[in-house]
Amino acid sequence: MKISVTVTLKKDVLDPQGKVVKQTLKNMGHQNIENVRQGKYFEIELNENDKMKAEKIIEEISKKLLTNTVIEDYAINYK
Amino acid sequence: MKITSEIIEKHGINSDEYKKIINLIGRKPNFLELGIFSAMWNEHCSYKSSKKYLRTLPTKNSKVIQGPGENAGVVDIEDNDALVFKIESHNHPSFIEPYQGAATGIGGILRDVFTMGARPIATLNSIHFGTPSHPKTKNLLSGVVSGIGGYGNCMGIPTIGGEVKFDSSYNENILVNAMAVGLVKKNKIFYSKAEGINKSVIYVGSKTGRDGIHGASMASAEFDDDADEKKPTVQVGDPFTEKLLLEACLELMKDNSIISIQDMGAAGLTSSSVEMASKGNLGIDINLNNIPCREEKMTPYEMMLSESQERMLLILNSGKEENAKKIFTKWGLDFSVIGKTTNTKNLVLNFNGKKVADLPLNSLSKDAPLYDRKWKKNLNSKKTNPPKNYQNKKLYESLKKILMSPNNSEKSWVWEQYDQTVMGDSIQKPGGNAGVIRVHGKNKGVALTVDSSSHYCLANPIIGGKQVVCEAWRNLIAVGSYPIAITNCLNFGNPEKEKIMGQFVETIDGISQACTYLDFPVVSGNVSFYNETKNKAISPTPTIGGVGLIKNLNDMVTKNFKKLGNHILIIGKTLGHLYQSEFFREVLDFKKGPPPEINLFNEKNNGLSVLNLISKKLVKSVHDVSSGGILVALSEMCITSNIGATISLPRNNITLHEYLFGEDQSRYIIEVNEKNIEEVSKILKNNSIYFEKIGNTQQDYLEVKNEFKASLNELRELHKYWFNNYFKENI
Amino acid sequence: MESSVIVFPGSNCDRDVAVALEKFQIRNQMIWHNEVSLPKCDLVVLPGGFSYGDYLRTGCIASKSKIINAIIEHGKKGGLILGICNGFQILIETELLPGTLLRNKKLKFLSKNVFLKVLNTDNNFCSNYKNKSIIELPIAHNEGNYFGSNDLIKNLEDNNLIAFKYCNGEGKIEKDSNPNGSSNNIAGILNEKKNILGMMPHPERLIDPLLSGEDGSILFTSLLKS
Repeated sequence: MKISVTVTLKKDVLDPQGKVVKQTLKNMGHQNIENVRQGKYFEIELNENDKMKAEKIIEEISKKLLTNTVIEDYAINYK
Repeated sequence: MKITSEIIEKHGINSDEYKKIINLIGRKPNFLELGIFSAMWNEHCSYKSSKKYLRTLPTKNSKVIQGPGENAGVVDIEDNDALVFKIESHNHPSFIEPYQGAATGIGGILRDVFTMGARPIATLNSIHFGTPSHPKTKNLLSGVVSGIGGYGNCMGIPTIGGEVKFDSSYNENILVNAMAVGLVKKNKIFYSKAEGINKSVIYVGSKTGRDGIHGASMASAEFDDDADEKKPTVQVGDPFTEKLLLEACLELMKDNSIISIQDMGAAGLTSSSVEMASKGNLGIDINLNNIPCREEKMTPYEMMLSESQERMLLILNSGKEENAKKIFTKWGLDFSVIGKTTNTKNLVLNFNGKKVADLPLNSLSKDAPLYDRKWKKNLNSKKTNPPKNYQNKKLYESLKKILMSPNNSEKSWVWEQYDQTVMGDSIQKPGGNAGVIRVHGKNKGVALTVDSSSHYCLANPIIGGKQVVCEAWRNLIAVGSYPIAITNCLNFGNPEKEKIMGQFVETIDGISQACTYLDFPVVSGNVSFYNETKNKAISPTPTIGGVGLIKNLNDMVTKNFKKLGNHILIIGKTLGHLYQSEFFREVLDFKKGPPPEINLFNEKNNGLSVLNLISKKLVKSVHDVSSGGILVALSEMCITSNIGATISLPRNNITLHEYLFGEDQSRYIIEVNEKNIEEVSKILKNNSIYFEKIGNTQQDYLEVKNEFKASLNELRELHKYWFNNYFKENI
Repeated sequence: MESSVIVFPGSNCDRDVAVALEKFQIRNQMIWHNEVSLPKCDLVVLPGGFSYGDYLRTGCIASKSKIINAIIEHGKKGGLILGICNGFQILIETELLPGTLLRNKKLKFLSKNVFLKVLNTDNNFCSNYKNKSIIELPIAHNEGNYFGSNDLIKNLEDNNLIAFKYCNGEGKIEKDSNPNGSSNNIAGILNEKKNILGMMPHPERLIDPLLSGEDGSILFTSLLKS
């Protein structure tokens, strides 16, 4: 089973990288870019066919490793 | 919003303090005003528990230009140059989010230095963790080191010294103390005191978000089981923006545009505006609608208490705004006129056309509570029976154990993550007695060190306080610098407990005694209280950052042996004090007993004599004897030079172990050429300096005659072992 | 000889390299990234540091600066370009040099002195290294791991376009002396015309006996000679 996890900064947390990317895009002529937030994308292949079990595992690894829960959130996408 | 007693308590204000607020302002505070009091009156900003004792520290000597009370301390280093420096803690945030906590700690201390007009030229850090086997330690250690490097390297400032310590007392309360040093022209120092009425108050730097709201309160509260829930208050640092802010500020400081400047650190806009105005005996009006905000719908409360990083407050001379705005815009930074100085002596805040707060500045600063906390004298550790049969421990096996212990092992795993040579003036890098930075474009240098010895302080705070100042002094002397002054970071548990307050009072007493005797005053620093979790406090940990001047870099010395066949001398008498030594603690797991005594007369006399020998170019290398005693100091000299030594112990009444591992203070090891040995002996004798010849340098081996002969290659491998093994990397 | 050191927001080693250039009597000007043209000069230097905080990808944002076109033109005309550390990363993002610079293998920032073998002295930057081919220079980077396709690496090797490789004290090029995992221990490369050099180590930091060495000086004296 293929599952992907997107990790992004929590809403109120400063994103210095996103800020600079947005400014650079504006400088490159894209005046209608309003905001950019940068995150991480993980693609995970799981040897587990039971969807419930797979969900549990991905939740756990997202919380315990992939995400810095102090300042990040995660979203799981099932392919 | 109705102010309930729960809200007051959540703001860290007790009922007496609340009554005092009502007295001072003649009415109840509104929610915003309560938040402002909460920020200004907490321990971190007001020093309410420590001020009484901090005032007893010596803060002046002939070189001090600015003592405590400003953003940083300033000392004269000759020909119109001055050094700006300070150390500060960022303990609680680093425990919660180690990378960002440590990074923003570096950011904050750098701002304290460049806000005074000084280009930062070096940082140092003293970081303390729980035992390596504690489940949180590895992550905290790698996160903190990564964070310090991430911020400092991006700013392009070399990290030139530091220490890493492990002890179970820090298991749930790590310490991250960051020190920054900057260079400025004596006649171009900027201060934070506001001057002049109706002057524009200007905000520059990053936009304001919801970061760290009530962070200053977090620093003043112990962690309990809800430490996890305090998490969202940690700020994220942006070193790129700070680099831009640094360059913009220094560019603006080239002329006389700035009247006063203050960085926004703990308690953000609140503390900076209050401090600037109250120092100048003025009032300040702020229009919160002009605060550049990063998030939508921010409230006045959030704006005033936000601890978003990389922001400064400026007061400019009339007519200078246009030019200043150009500079900050060039560097891509926000620039906003947010208010003006007044003569009301009040802090007045307006939002959406309404007045939302009006507080007398004195109530927030000068009239903040000042406590005379109860304290009790420490039950100092007495000399007890030493561990049985300690003399049976083989010398070489004991040495190995010490060199391989986390506290004593070589720390390149740590400092190779810090850029040590950016700016092109790093003359001595981490690993020596002190870091040395050349004053750009000149042939003089400044020596920098940071030291702590918490286990000595726990056993006896007065002696511990004295000792740590002496250790910093010694480290500066050992590279050939004349010690000038110190900055201190005082890390303790909960001062509302008599035992902890007693540790604090007595440590300050010890620091005071040593600083006074050595003419080595305190010019800046901070206090970090409440380093406790579930009633378990850290050991009292005063961290001392010392600076010294090397007038001519040709006179600098290093600790690596230079030539085969040279003489090795020990300056200072070895009495063989083993209690609280690495030998007892690491090898025998024996932690009882008093720390070694300090004799300030000998400390000064020995140090100045060593400096005298250095200036006469009579010594080839110098190393102070501290943790681990003579044998560890010798090992370090051999390992760094790849030149060994052969040692025959002089006749004395103490055991081998006492001689080689004793941690008596005020001692140095020096290497002397054959042709200089007579003159050196003569000078030492004339100054009544006790010294002993213990051996000579030789090839390849460290040898204690009749005891062991160790290959330098093996010693080097052992010394490097611990960190690489802990993180499972190839050596 | 005249040089221009380009300053980007976040550049840190601009002052360091300016000091080195001036020490060796190369007349230098600091040029802000927002300029569209360069003054008349023989050498353009892209200094080390953290331009734009290394955000998104190191050197990426700087490679979109206004001044870059002028730098590309300067290179096309045969003018000399030296990219040090972050400068090398910018040259890669600008595609003035091929390949890519990845995160160090051990995923940590690394600041230490390393040994280098100078492999190509037939260019304006390294000519004076003929008499000293094993040198020591400091590195200080997080993304110094030079990587390219097999074809690219082979091309660099076959055409002698590799200027420096990491080695041990005796000049032996081996895995243990490679600090960041770069392909074939590559520490610096030249373009085909050999007028552009990108290198990770910092020559400008070792130009003084007090700084424990002068192997960096040789690069600047080579430039002056050219």
